[in-house]
Amino acid sequence: MHRFANPARFTRIADRVLPFAAGGAVLALALGFYLALFVSPADYQQGESVRIMYVHVPSAWMAMVIYVAIALASAVALIWRHPLADLAAKASSPIGAGFAFLTLVTGSLWGRPMWGTWWEWDGRLTSMLILFFLYLGHMALMNAFEDSQRGYRAASILALVGVVNIPIIKFSVDWWSTLHQPTSVMRLDGPTIHPSMLWPLLIVALGFKLYYLTVVLLRIKSELIAARLRALDLAMVKGS
Amino acid sequence: MVSGFLLVIARDLRLALRQRADAWLAVLFFVLTAALFPFGVGPEPNLLARIAPGIIWVVALLAVLLSLERLFLADFEDGSLEQLLLSPLPLELAVLAKVLAHWLTTGLPLIAAAPLLAVLFHMDLAGLGVLLLAMLLGTPTLSLVGAVGAALTLGARRGGVLIPLLVLPLYVPALIFGVGATDAALQGFAVRPHLLLLGAVLLVMLVVTPLAGAAALRQALE
Repeated sequence: MHRFANPARFTRIADRVLPFAAGGAVLALALGFYLALFVSPADYQQGESVRIMYVHVPSAWMAMVIYVAIALASAVALIWRHPLADLAAKASSPIGAGFAFLTLVTGSLWGRPMWGTWWEWDGRLTSMLILFFLYLGHMALMNAFEDSQRGYRAASILALVGVVNIPIIKFSVDWWSTLHQPTSVMRLDGPTIHPSMLWPLLIVALGFKLYYLTVVLLRIKSELIAARLRALDLAMVKGS
Repeated sequence: MVSGFLLVIARDLRLALRQRADAWLAVLFFVLTAALFPFGVGPEPNLLARIAPGIIWVVALLAVLLSLERLFLADFEDGSLEQLLLSPLPLELAVLAKVLAHWLTTGLPLIAAAPLLAVLFHMDLAGLGVLLLAMLLGTPTLSLVGAVGAALTLGARRGGVLIPLLVLPLYVPALIFGVGATDAALQGFAVRPHLLLLGAVLLVMLVVTPLAGAAALRQALE
């Protein structure tokens, strides 16, 4: 694992992976959105507004996957003191927050025609809101220290505590929403979804994953370059 | 080890006793903030009775939040936290002792003040026993989760503002089951599942907090 801790080697590998990831993301998103917006049928109950689902559901998946990725990176960083794992966690957090925000916005836009309100305290939307707050806390803690190493370390511990708590929060919010309201109209789970809707969904999800990979690699690379610039500055100041 | 554990608790309790104003402040905040709600929603007794459990829990949560910053900060600033790290007592146990002392000086007074709020809000007193039992199970969770947030933000810029952002999302399960138990008691539903779940959350945090809190203190003292 520490083979990849070398920034030069990492940059080399990242440069080789990046074109494929970026190209794949563009292709998958283009194909997925074409299928979602033009080919897939409109829902017999929800009409055309069902197409919001092709952004909403994959973003929700991404928001959850990225938090788990951050927790894994944090565990690696804490256990092996792997420097790139810290950078990966730092690079992932804003992307995850972005996907959580996208989920909330599309959920709200979808809720308007479906429920007649911009916001419903539905179990899933509410747990996504809490996940969004967890991302904000992670980002705020990461940037709250003068010494960036301390920020990394503290944020890693927070991410691990968060990942233990997320299933508990999810369960408690589900329990709470079933106590307070009947099951919502927006039920997509179960195998009842038709293949003509499932395929675009999966292709968009793949596109989002590749997009995440692209952006995370770019952000880690730029962090490495920024670190090198700081080191050069320091060397210049000491040399002069 | 046991004596070290008890020593830390005794020290924190003695410190709290010498600065009694701090403990009173949390209780005062608890009662005062709750007393604002009738001005906000109107003094209609049925409405107040309906929202009483929720208000009491949310306000208790905020009162605990208010007291979190000083949980480790004074010890961090005067260096006694470093002494604690060097002492033969495992840091995990020291964290647990400090959390217990924090609960004794904030959680317990809040529970003692809760019946007053129940009366002010016209809550059906049949639910009072369950409210107190739920708070007895839930407020230690608030102290435990809060301790992780307090330890993580030591030495941070704007540490006091940061704690709510880190801790409040993690308070949601305790809030849901705490209010749920009281509401169930008032409406005549089964109380046991809520209390059991509240206890389960407490047990999970009883494991997570010493580990995460000690890790956070170690990296703060590095």
